[in-house]
Amino acid sequence: MDTLKKTPLYDVHIALGGKMVDFGGWALPVQYSSILEEHKAVRERCGLFDVSHMGELWVSGEGAFPYLQYMLTNDITTMTPGRCRYSMVCYEDGGTVDDVLVYKYSDTDYLVVVNASNTEKDFEWFAAHAIPTVQVENKSAEYAQLALQGPKFMQVLEAAGVEGAIPEKNYTFVPETKVAGIPCIVSRTGYTGEDGVELYCAAKDGPALHAALMEAGKCVNMLPCGLGARDTLRFEASMPLYGHEMDANVTPMETGISFAVKLNKEDFIGKEALLAPAKRIRIGLKLIDRGIAREHADVYLGEKRVGHVTSGSPAPTLGGNYAMALVDLEDSEAPVYEIEVRGRRLKAEKTAMPFYKRAK
Amino acid sequence: MTPNDRKYTKEHEWLLIEGNVAKIGITDHAQDALGDIVYVELPAVGDAVEAGASFAVVESVKAASEIYCAVSGKVVEINEALDGAPEEINNDPYGAFIAAVEFETLEGIELLTAEEYEAFVAEEN
Repeated sequence: MDTLKKTPLYDVHIALGGKMVDFGGWALPVQYSSILEEHKAVRERCGLFDVSHMGELWVSGEGAFPYLQYMLTNDITTMTPGRCRYSMVCYEDGGTVDDVLVYKYSDTDYLVVVNASNTEKDFEWFAAHAIPTVQVENKSAEYAQLALQGPKFMQVLEAAGVEGAIPEKNYTFVPETKVAGIPCIVSRTGYTGEDGVELYCAAKDGPALHAALMEAGKCVNMLPCGLGARDTLRFEASMPLYGHEMDANVTPMETGISFAVKLNKEDFIGKEALLAPAKRIRIGLKLIDRGIAREHADVYLGEKRVGHVTSGSPAPTLGGNYAMALVDLEDSEAPVYEIEVRGRRLKAEKTAMPFYKRAK
Repeated sequence: MTPNDRKYTKEHEWLLIEGNVAKIGITDHAQDALGDIVYVELPAVGDAVEAGASFAVVESVKAASEIYCAVSGKVVEINEALDGAPEEINNDPYGAFIAAVEFETLEGIELLTAEEYEAFVAEEN
């Protein structure tokens, strides 16, 4: 564990009995108690995640708006201060650099939150394309980030004590609110398919904020949750994960997130390539035969290999085993496929995504 | 406490031996390391098995783990309850066997006592 990067909450994870693993160079808990219990807590009550490994890039200056319009696939014209927008960042060939969340402070000030595994790469990419009227800064080390997710998250916040506003609408944020006396950026965002918030505070305040939320969380039997549950939750909600459903060789159109790509925008990196029709598409599958299909497993239609599994796992809330797969577009409309697992072909039926959608 | 009534392997399996039949399961240490077990791929009754070969798979939420048969012989019984309740291995690792194998001999098979297994686990950590 000594050569791995530590978030500000490393000691907290150890104290809570977290089962630590190497997650892309970071020491983080895969679970504290049980992945299934932690998953269930988020769906039914509330869960608390340390996501401090995520990256925070600040884009500021007179040219910030046109610069980001060019760097991002999504259109940020209609963003007002206090809004968050999901977007892709692409290479010239349409492959994906990363998927990001953009927080607008003003036309000249944006926070771009990026995947932990891509922070350095994204920063270099953004910096390499910077124009004189834009400043790009990597402030990842300055922040701790916690995700408080689940239908009862508001009760936990109230029990912890809030001074200021909590964003009401999904994909909005408040630049500063005090939670348990600690100043935080609070956004109504998350990666679990449940309602909730993400809290950004100064790195040094991370442990105190976590402790206050753990105490407040007792009122709803909240659980601290690790990477294992984070993955089963996002997977069950069919949310894409960089390195699985998209990467440098998979375009956002193939990932099936064209809503985050505005091809009618004047220009952006990758636009030319993304105008061409996609040749592959992400589909959802539910296993019919007994067994679990996992990442990289080959997907067949009869004798023809038509694609591969990008993520596969049990779906703890729905029951059963599911998979997301990238398949050739021309073979993407079949009702049943077969997935090869340890030499056997398991039948799986094509299933609409998201697999799980929370009740309104 | 690691039960004294059985033998152990360095792959964290236990063998409860009665006559020439060995009931095989995984240890408490193994089930704890795996986390929630969600699926077990059992061998079929009648399958031939070779010492050191994988003969079953135990899947946790995140990964599949091969289970090795320490002895050569034939599968004579499987724990079908694990089909509907794989988590029994987590709840009762020494009660929930995976399969029973009728074996030819224990000669040349490296088996540990409970004490030796505990020492082995302590050293690994």
